[in-house]
Amino acid sequence: MTAPAIQLQGISKSFGSVHANRDIDLTVEKGTIHGIIGENGAGKSTLMSILYGFYQADRGTIAVDGTQVTIRDSDAAIGLGIGMVHQHFMLVEPFTVLENVMLGAEGGALLNKGRAEARQELQRLEKEYELNVDPDAIVGDLPVGLQQRVEILKALYRGAEILILDEPTGVLTPDEADHLFRILGQLRAQGKTVLLITHKLREIMAITDDVSVMRQGQMVATRHTADTSVEELAELMVGRRVLLQVDKGAATPGKVKLEVRNLEVVDDIGVRRVKDASFQVRAGEIVGIAGVSGNGQSELLEAIAGIGPIASGEVELFDISGEPTGWRPRHGLGHVPEDRHRMGLVTKFTARENTILGYQRDAEFGSGMFLDRKAVLEASKAQMERFDVRPPDPSLKAANFSGGNQQKIVLAREIEQDPDVLLIGQPTRGVDVGAIESIHRRLIELRDAGKAILLVSVELDEIRALSDRILVMFAGEIMGEVGPEASEREIGLLMSGVRAEDAA
Amino acid sequence: MNKDLPGWVDFGLLPLLNLLTAFLVAGIVVLAIGENPLEAVRHILYGAFGYGNGVGYTLFYTTNFIFTGLAVAVAFHASQFNIGGEGQAYLGGLGVGLACLMLDQYLPWWGILPVAILLGASFGAIWGAIPGILYAKRGAHVVITTIMFNFISFSLMNYIINEYLKMPGNASVQSRTFEQSAWMPKLTWLEGVMPGISTSPANLSFVIALIACVFVYILIWRTKFGYEVRVYGASPSAARYAGISTTRVVVLTMAISGGLAGLMGLNPVMGDQTRIFLDIPQQAGFVGIAVALMGRSHPLWIVFAALLFGTLYQGGAELAFEMPSITRDMVVVIQGLVILFAGAMEFMFRPWVARAFSMREQENG
Repeated sequence: MTAPAIQLQGISKSFGSVHANRDIDLTVEKGTIHGIIGENGAGKSTLMSILYGFYQADRGTIAVDGTQVTIRDSDAAIGLGIGMVHQHFMLVEPFTVLENVMLGAEGGALLNKGRAEARQELQRLEKEYELNVDPDAIVGDLPVGLQQRVEILKALYRGAEILILDEPTGVLTPDEADHLFRILGQLRAQGKTVLLITHKLREIMAITDDVSVMRQGQMVATRHTADTSVEELAELMVGRRVLLQVDKGAATPGKVKLEVRNLEVVDDIGVRRVKDASFQVRAGEIVGIAGVSGNGQSELLEAIAGIGPIASGEVELFDISGEPTGWRPRHGLGHVPEDRHRMGLVTKFTARENTILGYQRDAEFGSGMFLDRKAVLEASKAQMERFDVRPPDPSLKAANFSGGNQQKIVLAREIEQDPDVLLIGQPTRGVDVGAIESIHRRLIELRDAGKAILLVSVELDEIRALSDRILVMFAGEIMGEVGPEASEREIGLLMSGVRAEDAA
Repeated sequence: MNKDLPGWVDFGLLPLLNLLTAFLVAGIVVLAIGENPLEAVRHILYGAFGYGNGVGYTLFYTTNFIFTGLAVAVAFHASQFNIGGEGQAYLGGLGVGLACLMLDQYLPWWGILPVAILLGASFGAIWGAIPGILYAKRGAHVVITTIMFNFISFSLMNYIINEYLKMPGNASVQSRTFEQSAWMPKLTWLEGVMPGISTSPANLSFVIALIACVFVYILIWRTKFGYEVRVYGASPSAARYAGISTTRVVVLTMAISGGLAGLMGLNPVMGDQTRIFLDIPQQAGFVGIAVALMGRSHPLWIVFAALLFGTLYQGGAELAFEMPSITRDMVVVIQGLVILFAGAMEFMFRPWVARAFSMREQENG
C-alpha cells in the first residue's frame, strides 16, 4: 500500500479567540476524489488554506506522500505538487489562456521560449484530460465553465498531483458541472488526487470516493461515500436531524399582485441584459427564476425593485381589489437583494443602523430631518427577536454576524414593512444548513399568508423545493415556464438555452 | 487583518504611536544637524504654550485647521477626497471680506457676522459643489477636479483683488482695511488666565469653529441625511439599494465640505488681517487633510489633531527663531514627518497591535 497523498494530524488553528480548526486528522488516499463538506464557518476553508500555505497551523503535522513537510507559502505548496482552484477565479481577464497558464512560471525574462514550451505542454494536458480550451482565446471572453478549466490547467501546468477545488460548481450549469466531474474522473484515472470542497451533498454522492464532514472546526466523521447517505451526511454536518425537503402544501394563488410587461434592460455598454420579459406573480404563490448566474436574473430583479435601469417595458403592482397602485421601490415591494454584503447590508454598520436601510426617510424612524435613534433601536430589537437573530445584539456590527443571521436581519427588515410583493435573491447563499431550513420555512409561511413572492436563485434545488412555478432564464430571455415537478434535465436544458421544442 | 480593536486603541493608542514615531524620526533629523532634540521640543512647547501671545497664535492656527479638517472629514464620510480645501477657503475668505466691505459702514461686527458666515460658507460651498456635480454627473474624479479648482481659485482671486478690490494708488495687492467696528472680537475674556492673548490674532472664530464641530457631529450621526452620507460612503451599492441618490449625497456633501472650508475665511479675514489679501488660506486647506486623517473624521478628534498641528505651526516658528540652525524649512520637514506617520501611514502599527491583542486574549481566554 502506498503512502497517503495527504495526511494531516492534530491540526489546530485559532484566530484570536475563535478556534477555526481544532485537532483535525485527515487522510486522503492517492488517486481518489475526497470530498470535504461542512456548513459555512465549519473550518473547511481554513483547513485548505493551511494546506495551501496561506495560513500556518498553530499545532499539528502535515505529511505529503508520506513525508512530513512544512508549507510556508503557496510556492511551497506548488513545489509539493498541491494545486488549488479557488471559488473566485484568479485569472487575468484581458490575457489569453496561454498567458494565464504561464503567469508566474514564465521561465526567463523573455517570453518567447517559455511561450513555445507552455503551448506544447498545454496541448498535451488538454489531450490527456479532456480539458479543451483554445490557448489563444482571451480569458475574459470565455464562459465561466471554461475559465474554470483554465484554472485547472494552471494547476496541472505547475505539476499539481493533488488538486483542491473550492466550491467548484457554484457558477456552473448542471451540464457544465457534469463535464467538470468527467474531468475530475479523468484526473483520478491518471493517478491524481482531488480534494473537493462543497456544501452540495448531491455532488459528494455523485463523484467522491470518500467524504469527510466538518462541524464547528472539528472533523466529525470520514466515510466511504458508498457506505453513507445524504441524510446521514446532512445530520453529521448540522449535528441534528434536518429536513432536506421543504414541507409545503399546495399554493392557492389569488389576484395578480405584480405584473411585468415586455421589460427590457440594457446595461452601460449597450448590451441587452433582459429581453422582453413578461410575467405575473399572484398573491399566495412563489414564482422561481432559475438560471446560471449572469443570465439576466440579477438585472431583472433590480429593474423590478426599482434600483436598476429599465430601457423599456412596465412594472405594475396591484392592490387587494386588483387596482394598480403606485410603484415606489421598497414600499409595498420588499426586496432581499442577491448580494447582502454589497447591497442588503452595510457590513461596517451595526445591526441597528442596518434596520433602516432603505427606510431611513420613513416617518416612523424620526420626523423631519433627524433620526429617532430610540425608535430605530426598538425596531431593531423587535426584529431580532421575531426572527431569532443570534446574538440578539443591535450594537454588533453586521459583518460580525454569521451568514445566516445576516440574511435574517435583511429578511426581517423587508418583511416587517409588510409588503404585498417580496423580491428575494439568493435567499440562502452562504447560509448554513440549519438556517436554510428556517429561512425556507419562513418563505413558505409568507406565501401562505398571501404574499406574492418572486424568487431568484442559482441553486436549482432551492428553486424546485420552494417554487410553485419556475421561469428559466438564459442570456436575458425567459426560455420557458415549468412546474416544480419538472425534471432536472428539463430545467437544465432550458438553462443552457435549449427550448423543449428544439431538444425534441 | 481587519480585526476590531477597542475604541481607545484605534483612536488613542495608534495615533499616539504614530506621533511618537514621527517625533523620534524628527529627533534623529535634529540630531543629524547637530542640535539637541530635547532642547528643540522645549522651544516648540514654550513657543506654543509658554506665554499668552504664543497660545493665541496656536489657537489662531488651530482654528484654521479645525475648519479645514472638518471640511475634509465631511467629504470623507461620503468617501470623497476633497483636496480643494485651499481653494474653497480662499473663496470663503472673499465672501467674508465682501460682507465686511459692504456692511462695515452700517453695522457692528455682530450684525455683519451672520452675513459674513452666509457669504463665506456659500462661496466655499459653490466651489466645493462644482467638483461634486462634475463627479456625480460626469464621473470626473474629485481628487483631480478639486486640485484643479485650487489653481483656478488662485488665479481668480488674483484677478478679483487686482481688478476690483485694490485701492487706487496703493502698491500692495489687497483690499481696503475694514472699519474697526467690523473686526471680529479678540479673546479678551481669556486675558485673565492668559495675559497677552489679546495681542495675538486669536479671535472669536475659534468658538465658531468649535460650534462647527458640534454641527458636523449632529449632521453626520443624528440626521437622516447624515445616515445616507455614511451609507453612500461605506457602500455605494447599498446606497443604490436603499434608494439614496448619488447625485444628492455627493453634491450636497461636497457643498457642505466646501462651506466648512469657506468658513475658515472668517479667522484670517475678519479676525486678523481685517482686509481681503493674497493667499488667505496659507496652506491650511492642505493641513486639513492630515488633520482629518489623524482625527479619523470625527469632530472631537479633529479638535485635538488641529491643536497638534497648531502647536507645530506656532512652536515651529519659535523654534526657527531660537535655533537658527533649524531653519523654517526644517520645521516644515518635522511637520511633514507628522503628516507622513499620522496621516498617510495611519495604519502602520495596526497589524502588530492587533496581533498583540489577540495573543493577550488567547492567554486570558
